[in-house]
Amino acid sequence: MSRSGAAAVLKDAQAVPVFAALADTTRLRLLRRLSVEGPLSITRLSKGTRVTRQAITRHLYALGDVGLVRRARKGREQIWDLNAKRLEIARQYLDHVAAQWDSAAARLKAFVENQEDERR
Amino acid sequence: MTAKTRESRAGASTDRIEKRVVLRAPRTRVWRAISDASQFATWFRVKLDSGFVEGRSTHGQITEKGYEHLKIEMQVQRIEPERYFAYRWHPYPMDPTVDYSTEPTTLVEFTLEEAAEGTALTIVESGFDRIPLARRAEAYRMNDGGWNGQIKNLERYVA
Repeated sequence: MSRSGAAAVLKDAQAVPVFAALADTTRLRLLRRLSVEGPLSITRLSKGTRVTRQAITRHLYALGDVGLVRRARKGREQIWDLNAKRLEIARQYLDHVAAQWDSAAARLKAFVENQEDERR
Repeated sequence: MTAKTRESRAGASTDRIEKRVVLRAPRTRVWRAISDASQFATWFRVKLDSGFVEGRSTHGQITEKGYEHLKIEMQVQRIEPERYFAYRWHPYPMDPTVDYSTEPTTLVEFTLEEAAEGTALTIVESGFDRIPLARRAEAYRMNDGGWNGQIKNLERYVA
């Protein structure tokens, strides 16, 4: 099992702010657009939504703080893009599911092996 | 810690997990533990309302401490005696207030093979890439026992 000991605990704790930052529908929508359309300016991100530019900027900074997005400058405009942390969420989730299967497999092992002991 | 659990993940795939474990028990016994709903219920820690039938769903309530409010639905895909058992379900997190019926499911497969010491079992769960990222992220918010518990462990560790 790969997730044991202090190292895994520390890794988990670092992920918490990332998930906290994701607990917002506007932010999830922004992430979805950046993942589908690629790098976008705030102007483009606010077009067609009822959310103000200021609010979008605020959300982008919140996402940027936890490393989910990053900004670059293109001429006079700020362009926002996804950061690699996105994959980290998917991997951490998988680790989480894998750990549950580890314990289920261990329980199954004990179940079938102890049954045999009883017969002897 | 299960010494014989091997974890393999092809490259950077975020779509599937695979576990392989060698059980020191005859194949028939392992098969019954997996395919007989009442035996499955015991080690999986779930209360199931019916047996497993291909093409049918079995509903259950988790019995593991701290998770008793969670319900599962196992849509049995295929049963090949002594060899293969597969079902679909909505993976963790299972929020009891959410209707998952329109959301994608993952496929869970148990495959049995003869091994020198007993029976080799491979468990594969796949299809996670179809599960919305937001849903996957929720695992951390919902898992009070595990997630916040681990933070408490950390606090104790660094204190």
